Amino acid sequence: MESVLELRDISKHYPTHRAVNGVTLNIARGEFFSLLGPSGCGKTTTLRMIAGFEEPTSGEIRLNGAAIQHLKPYQRNVSTVFQNYALFPHLTVQQNVEFGLRRKGENDIGRRVREVLELVQLSGKESRRPTEISGGERQRVALARSLVLAPDVLLLDEPLSALDPNLRKQVRAELKNIQRRVGITFLFVTHDQEEALSLSDRLGVMHAGVLEQTGTPEDVYLRPSTKFVASFLGAVNWINGVGIRPEVTRVAKLAPDQGLRSHPATVVHSTFLGNCVHIETRLDDGQLAVAEVPRTTTSFAPGERVHLWWQPADELNFK
Amino acid sequence: MKRSGRPLAIYALAAYLFLHLPLLILAAFSFNESRFTVWQGFSFRWYTAAWHDSQLMEATGNSLIIAVFATVLSTIIGTLCAYGLWKRRSPVLSGSLYLSLVTPEIVTGVSLLAFYQWIFRFLQVQLGMHTVILAHVSFSIAYVVIVVMARLRTVDGSLEEAALDLGANEWQAFRYVTLPAVLPAVVAAALLAFTVSFDDYVITSMVAGVDSETLPMVIYAIARRGVNPVVNAISALLVLGFGSLILISERLRTT
Amino acid sequence: MNRLRAWFLAPSWAVILLLFLFPMLIILAYSLLTRGTYGGISLPWSLESYQRFADPIYLGILWRSFWIAGASTVISLLLGFPLALFISRAGKRKNLYLSLVILPFWTSFLVRTYAWMFLLRDTGLINSTLQKLGIIHDPLPLLYNDGAVILGLVYGYLPFMVLPLFGTLERLDRNLLEAAADLGARPWATLLRVVLPLSAPGIRAGVILVFIPCLGAYLTPDLLGGGKSVMIGNLIQNQFTTARDWPFGSAISLALMAVVMLLLIAFVRRDEEGLL
Repeated sequence: MESVLELRDISKHYPTHRAVNGVTLNIARGEFFSLLGPSGCGKTTTLRMIAGFEEPTSGEIRLNGAAIQHLKPYQRNVSTVFQNYALFPHLTVQQNVEFGLRRKGENDIGRRVREVLELVQLSGKESRRPTEISGGERQRVALARSLVLAPDVLLLDEPLSALDPNLRKQVRAELKNIQRRVGITFLFVTHDQEEALSLSDRLGVMHAGVLEQTGTPEDVYLRPSTKFVASFLGAVNWINGVGIRPEVTRVAKLAPDQGLRSHPATVVHSTFLGNCVHIETRLDDGQLAVAEVPRTTTSFAPGERVHLWWQPADELNFK
Repeated sequence: MKRSGRPLAIYALAAYLFLHLPLLILAAFSFNESRFTVWQGFSFRWYTAAWHDSQLMEATGNSLIIAVFATVLSTIIGTLCAYGLWKRRSPVLSGSLYLSLVTPEIVTGVSLLAFYQWIFRFLQVQLGMHTVILAHVSFSIAYVVIVVMARLRTVDGSLEEAALDLGANEWQAFRYVTLPAVLPAVVAAALLAFTVSFDDYVITSMVAGVDSETLPMVIYAIARRGVNPVVNAISALLVLGFGSLILISERLRTT
Repeated sequence: MNRLRAWFLAPSWAVILLLFLFPMLIILAYSLLTRGTYGGISLPWSLESYQRFADPIYLGILWRSFWIAGASTVISLLLGFPLALFISRAGKRKNLYLSLVILPFWTSFLVRTYAWMFLLRDTGLINSTLQKLGIIHDPLPLLYNDGAVILGLVYGYLPFMVLPLFGTLERLDRNLLEAAADLGARPWATLLRVVLPLSAPGIRAGVILVFIPCLGAYLTPDLLGGGKSVMIGNLIQNQFTTARDWPFGSAISLALMAVVMLLLIAFVRRDEEGLL
């Protein structure tokens, strides 16, 4: 895989805490890569170091093989889509999008702006001001403004978090589409695991400044390497020190056959969700465990003693 | 808590009358035919007298020249200063500017006089227009910084980052993104600096030379000798002029 | 980032250092010298200028300055608070009312002081009107006394009191007032026990912005006080012009600055949002 962006043991230390601690990462050309983690995990700081707004305390950042960690933001061929879009309020959409091109003194600005606005479906809005367009449209202007510069990597800082929830899914799909069409490497920062899982070719999970795991969505979801990654990517039942995801946990009235693992529990209640049934149970040690089972004719009443069971292969193991 | 209404409103009215009546009365009597405080008919004679007074006219000219120069200089320096402080605070500079604002004018005036006289031992210069202009610049900067800084605080910091990200260097980010955003405030600050400079008496009187008499200095001299309706006329004009400038300035400051 | 910022701040630094701080150092030095034979300064170094403060004449001037400045400040506060309260409750017209306060202030201090000369003098408007109405026979000595000076100072600096008070009152959380009412406080009680204490930052700022210029006032006592109401400012000006005793004038200036700095340290809190 041809690496376009490489982080080598990047750290950012502040007097009071370590925001980023020894992150090493390789992003391939044309990849949609997400950095996933809770707020405060260091993902935004990492992004800002790549963009050039923060300087790493130690480590190297290589773009196309060349070290860039000492360069100013305007000397790097990366572009950022800010969380609040940071559109220039005194400029029109057209002027916003061509800003970077004008700084470079490029030719053919008109055509390139037109093309990118078509790409993000904003043709016709060129002379509007940022205050005159909707939130979703502003996001597309921010995207266009960065895309038109054809950066080696496009950095996106939680671009969907400012949108209405109903808008998010739609914009998500559009974003993925655009990335496929232009083929530019996307580095996408988010705290939403559903976003990360659905959009990424690969993703990296960060926690307290450390990159805990990188891999494809399947890798990270099905084979998490740490407890944190497991519980961040989805729900986990912890039964006797073993981790099982609810969707592979089953409930039976009788103890299952050999070869399957099981554990006794008491039903708390059962919720019908349409496409599946959520059965919430309580283990003998007081912990809760949820089983997500397909619709069956069997029903479980609160207080009933049952057996939770699962395939050994579905158990989450950590190194 | 909606309306402690009536009494407060009546009080406010009285307060506003207290603030504005003296000036309105002054202006009204500038049209008085007689020089005494007994109304004897409407007349423009004091205005024409002022217009024909050469000392007055020359002093006005001086005041204008000084104010224009001082305004241009202090606005530029002050705007750049506000921007620099906005990027990163400097308690010493901010503190010094604040101090220059609250220092009693007489102290500023005498210290500058002492400074100039000391400097003049080494340079072949005298007190004159230039010493006044420099003095005005020194006390106007703080006003400009306050006005521009207030506006800068409303500007989104990520805009400059976005500009840098898109390939602009620091100067271009200032010139193309931040400066346009604060331009109304800069103009408002300039109008303010102009007013402050034009109206100054205390500091100017200490550092002005023989040939650089300003309008406030002339007014003061006349007023010292007693009430003179010509002063009423000039006052009315000044109030009108400054009032308009400040109105425009406030409009710009709050757009 | 830092180099551009350094360039941007350099001119201000130059002006502040050369035209503000350095001149202060000069008068500090002058205050420790002696008056020359024909005026101005000369060696030797001495503390004589500072020792002259003990003279009752000068102490009297000092005392009068404090009392006039203090009275002006208190009156400004008493007059300004209700006005600020009114404006803060004015809803949509807030800016208009505020402008009406600010506007006169920026229209020439000299003119506004002269306006009171016009009104208060023996043949001024007030006296001639009262005489015409037969209320008095001889004119009242309204001008050329401490009272006139205080009036002039209050008139001149009232906006400086109203503005910070308004700023604080405007930011007052309405919920607190509602909570007080909910807990049984009548309007007056809410005013005294909730609004007033919470206005403390504004009061502090206003007091500083009024007291200090009043203390160092020159124009107002000169025009409205005649020779009868000499304050520190007049004394300083006198020393640098007529009396040509620069060391003494410098010493007084420095003493005044010392008082100003002490007041600032005592009154200005770091955590309150400053102008700069």
